[in-house]
Amino acid sequence: MTSVSPEYFLALAGLMFTIGVVGALTRRNAIVIFMFIELMLNAVNLAFVTFSRMHGTVDGQVVVFFVLVVAAAEVVVGLAIIISIFRRRRSANVDDVNLLKW
Amino acid sequence: MSDFPFLDVAIFVPLGGAVLIGLIPKDRHDVIRWASLFVTLAAFAVTLGVLVNFETSSADFQLGSQAEWIKDWGISYSTGIDGISLFMVMLTSFLMPLCVLVSWRIETRVKPYFIFLLALETGMLGVFSALDMFLFYLFWEASLVPMYFLIGMWGYQNRLYAAMKFFLFTLVGSLLMLVAILFLYFAAGDPSFGYRELLGTPLALDTQRLLFLAFFASFAVKVPLVPLHTWLPDAHTEAPTAGSVMLAAVLLKMGAYGLIRFGIPLFPDAARELVPVIMGLAIVGIIYGALVAAMQKDLKRLIAYSSVAHLGFVVLGIFVGSLQGMSGGILQMVNHGLSTGALFMLVGMLYDRRHTRQIADFGGLGKSAPIIAGLFLFVALSSIGLPGLNGFVGEFLILVGTYVRYSWWVVPATFGVVLAAIYLLWAYQRVFQGPLTSEPNRTMPDINVREVIMLAPLLALIVFIGVYPKPFLDRINPSAEKVVRQLNDSSVIPQEGLAGEVP
Amino acid sequence: MTFAASTLPTDEATFAQLIFGAPLLGAVLLLFFGKRLGKLSGIIGSATVGIAFVFGVLSFMDLTSIATGHGENARVLTKSWFTWIEVGDFNVHMSLVIDQLSIVMVFVITGVGFLIHVYSIGYMSSEENYGRFFAYLNLFIAAMLLLVLGDNLLVMFIGWEGVGLCSYLLIGFWFEDRANATAAKKAFVVNRIGDFSFLLGIFLLAVSAGTLTFAGINESAVSGAIGGSMATVGALLLFGGAAGKSAQIPLYVWLPDAMAGPTPVSALIHAATMVTAGVYMVARTFPLFEAASFDVLLLVAWVGGATAVITAIVAAAEYDIKKILAYSTISQLGYMFLALGVGAYSIAIFHLVTHAFFKALMFLGSGSVMHALDGETDVRRMGGLRKVMPITGWTFMMGWLAICGIVPFSGFFSKDAILAGAWADGQYVLWGLGVATAALTAFYMSRLYLRVFEGGVVMPEGTHAHDAPPTMAAALIPLGILSLAAGALNFPGGLTFEHFLEPVLGEPEVAHGLTAWLLGGAATVVAVGGIAVAWALYLRAGGLQVRDRTERMLGPAVRAARNKLYVDRTYETLILQPGRDLAVFCTEVVDRKIIDGAVNGTGKLVAGSSELLRRLQTGYVRNYAAAFLVGVVVVFSILIVRVAA
Repeated sequence: MTSVSPEYFLALAGLMFTIGVVGALTRRNAIVIFMFIELMLNAVNLAFVTFSRMHGTVDGQVVVFFVLVVAAAEVVVGLAIIISIFRRRRSANVDDVNLLKW
Repeated sequence: MSDFPFLDVAIFVPLGGAVLIGLIPKDRHDVIRWASLFVTLAAFAVTLGVLVNFETSSADFQLGSQAEWIKDWGISYSTGIDGISLFMVMLTSFLMPLCVLVSWRIETRVKPYFIFLLALETGMLGVFSALDMFLFYLFWEASLVPMYFLIGMWGYQNRLYAAMKFFLFTLVGSLLMLVAILFLYFAAGDPSFGYRELLGTPLALDTQRLLFLAFFASFAVKVPLVPLHTWLPDAHTEAPTAGSVMLAAVLLKMGAYGLIRFGIPLFPDAARELVPVIMGLAIVGIIYGALVAAMQKDLKRLIAYSSVAHLGFVVLGIFVGSLQGMSGGILQMVNHGLSTGALFMLVGMLYDRRHTRQIADFGGLGKSAPIIAGLFLFVALSSIGLPGLNGFVGEFLILVGTYVRYSWWVVPATFGVVLAAIYLLWAYQRVFQGPLTSEPNRTMPDINVREVIMLAPLLALIVFIGVYPKPFLDRINPSAEKVVRQLNDSSVIPQEGLAGEVP
Repeated sequence: MTFAASTLPTDEATFAQLIFGAPLLGAVLLLFFGKRLGKLSGIIGSATVGIAFVFGVLSFMDLTSIATGHGENARVLTKSWFTWIEVGDFNVHMSLVIDQLSIVMVFVITGVGFLIHVYSIGYMSSEENYGRFFAYLNLFIAAMLLLVLGDNLLVMFIGWEGVGLCSYLLIGFWFEDRANATAAKKAFVVNRIGDFSFLLGIFLLAVSAGTLTFAGINESAVSGAIGGSMATVGALLLFGGAAGKSAQIPLYVWLPDAMAGPTPVSALIHAATMVTAGVYMVARTFPLFEAASFDVLLLVAWVGGATAVITAIVAAAEYDIKKILAYSTISQLGYMFLALGVGAYSIAIFHLVTHAFFKALMFLGSGSVMHALDGETDVRRMGGLRKVMPITGWTFMMGWLAICGIVPFSGFFSKDAILAGAWADGQYVLWGLGVATAALTAFYMSRLYLRVFEGGVVMPEGTHAHDAPPTMAAALIPLGILSLAAGALNFPGGLTFEHFLEPVLGEPEVAHGLTAWLLGGAATVVAVGGIAVAWALYLRAGGLQVRDRTERMLGPAVRAARNKLYVDRTYETLILQPGRDLAVFCTEVVDRKIIDGAVNGTGKLVAGSSELLRRLQTGYVRNYAAAFLVGVVVVFSILIVRVAA
């Protein structure tokens, strides 16, 4: 069984995370931002699994399960908020939602 | 019978009463009033048990109890009183029923008002009885909150500003004290918040100085010492009458009490070092308070500034380092509570009738309300320090005690006595003498039965202490002597039950 | 410094507490039920003072019946109730002492007090607050008795402040008038300044003598336990208190204003009793004054002499009948201090007694005149009243001749003895001051008497003068007799008041033999001269022109005297106004601007900085996220650099 060197996985994770950050900061549509955030989470998951494999422990994989669960919960709440905002404002543009300031 | 935990029961009777009043429907105003009166009277009855069982000649803490609370952090429920706190506890429980009577005419949000009043009583009783620093701090802050709401919700026009100023001044002070308490906790060899365990913790002078200043800041705000006093006139003026009475009579005493109980015994060397500064501030307070009082146009502000002057006397007595000064200072704390409490009640009565506190709006009331005028003059004279009434005994002892140690300081302090006569009699003249000029003044009704009932006990005590202060002094002296020794003698490690000469 | 703890003295005097208790009970009774008792209050008030007088007589008999066996000066009875203040070694007992000095004072207070109470029944009969008046009057008698009976300085101080309070209450009895209320407050505050000095003296003596009892203080003064300099300061401070209560320079300004009170009050408090408390106090503690290293007594004598002359001058320029009597009282009190200062203590007390009789009499007489003339007080609108109101006129004449010092009226004996004492002490200048005062006194009192009671009848229009009603006459007549005859108490070579007081006050040094006769003669000549001048100016035909001429000649002096020598105005500019300015400065600048300014300034600073910081809060989620990212990058960079290093 040939094994791929862990550096590739980590590089992929880093790339995915960077794409996620850039996307989350540049896009305006809440749904799209949401997807980029999921991308970042999965980048981190990937890094965890890689390290877990590298060190031969299961700790990283346990954390991944936690992250998945939290992400699922977050999606539920986040989407609910986005939908309720959309219903009210007919828009999913985050720049339209800036009332929470001084 | 003496095994009955009078003190602890007394502390929690008002709180229990507050909970029970919480169960009464909120529109049953009369039930709430009578229930509050009953609860405060019950608490007073229990404290009478404290007074009866108090062993006169002892300087030790008595009648308290001790129980583990949060063992891992060295926090315990620990109470007890000595001759110093005894009369503070008595004063609090004695004044509370009168304050309920004072508040009989409160018609808005009656239920929360009385709940706050009762919670305040538990806080104050706890402050004077706690022998665990953590417990003390808890009660200290707990008494702050009800007072904040009493001023902020039932006060007069400018109440929010006053309540906020009161809260911020005292809170800043308290936080410094909290830091110092925590430092002390960690500095003690065996981490504990117990007051008796912390006594005699060896501390470098530098550390003592910093910790003392932190405690002092908190207490000096509460006393209040000039220049930390400006919250007081605002708070007094805007508070409802019962709030002013409690504020003047008891809450200010918490500061002076803290200085005696914690400031001096915990950090005797630092306290000794700062005696000249503190005495200087006290004397400035005496003169300054009197001068500013003379210029006030608002009757309540005038009395508030007179408190600044009177508390100056108290602090002077505490720090002068003679037994006469200390005992006089402690007695004067009681005296000021009675006299100023009564003055605020009387001003409250005038406000109820005329809806103004401006001196200029009054005049000639001695004609339309001779009994109120007579009582006001009587109480003012006790505040001025007329011999035969309570104020004289305390002031005289403080001044004699000052003369014993620092003969020259007594001159400006005694001059404060002259000034007191000026501002109070001038106020009396402008309010009660002269011609009756306005219609509302001419038809102002005189005192009613409820008001007689709430003032009579105060007046009786004012005369009693003036003529026969011995029962009070006998109980105060042993404890006062102990603190004076701690202040004067650096070689003595503060311990309980030491006998010795006071220089 | 330590205090000497003392035990409660033994209890010997049976009646002492009753002397004091009767009027106190009366006061309490009348305060609570005065309104309901109505006209009965006058009778109750008078009766309690009468009872006190009876107990005084009983005490006197007790005192004289003690065998002088236990020591030469042992005629002292003490009465103790309880220990008042006890802290450590410092203690003060509530205890009274009856000795020769205090019993004399008790007689004056209860005797004259009783007569004035009776007089007030008539004088105040139309007063609305009749009960309250007698309550205050009784309270005053009780406090004054406590003052003279107290066996230590602090019990004396209770009485001392108590009489001050009653004086305040009674001067301001008609408080609807702002002037009266102001006069009352002025009296109280000026007295408080004296008390300030008195209190400091008490502190000093409590520490340096270790006790506050008169016996203890005098003993340590004699034995030298109080050092000379301490005794000096202590004596000066006590004298400061005495000068306040007894209206001496520089604290006399309250007494003329105090005439705002009802006339019986002026007679009782501001002539006969309270104002003499300072004289009593100095006499009580004279060993302390003698132990002083600096000659405090000489100062006392000079203050007394100066006060006597200066206020006599002002009295000569006054037109208000009560004000004349008030300045005259100050002047006579100065005489008493002069006597104290030259060491003639018992003579001072003797003059105190005779003065109490004749000055009370004249005040009551002037009250009778005012009563008859609807409250008129200006002597220029009176004349020949002896014909209209003979009882008042004749009794007033007794008082007039007594104060002028005409043989054989009582004032002659006491005044002459003072002058003789000054001469014997070698204080010839002071003697000269005394003689000048005697001349001035004879002049201004004659001016008053002759204008009001002699010559043609003059009355304000619309008044129907009538003589004193029976209760008022009942007080005037005994006082008239006493003014005439009280000199017999100390008749040279006969009955000796001095000798009676000797155990307490020592033997006064007075001139004897030919010198005594010459001095007495000189005093009489001067007095007659004063009367003659007054007669020439005010009663003789053509006196008016002479008067005008002298007035023009003495222009500024007369104007100054009419303006009370500008003393009140000087105090106003030098003391009161700066005091007010300081108070205003403290209130407006220090309190409001500096302290509150600092507090509110802190608040504004916090608010201002948050004003700036809140601009960071844009509301745009992406801004926050970007800031978040920057933060993470920075923190991680620091960590990586740290780890690498």
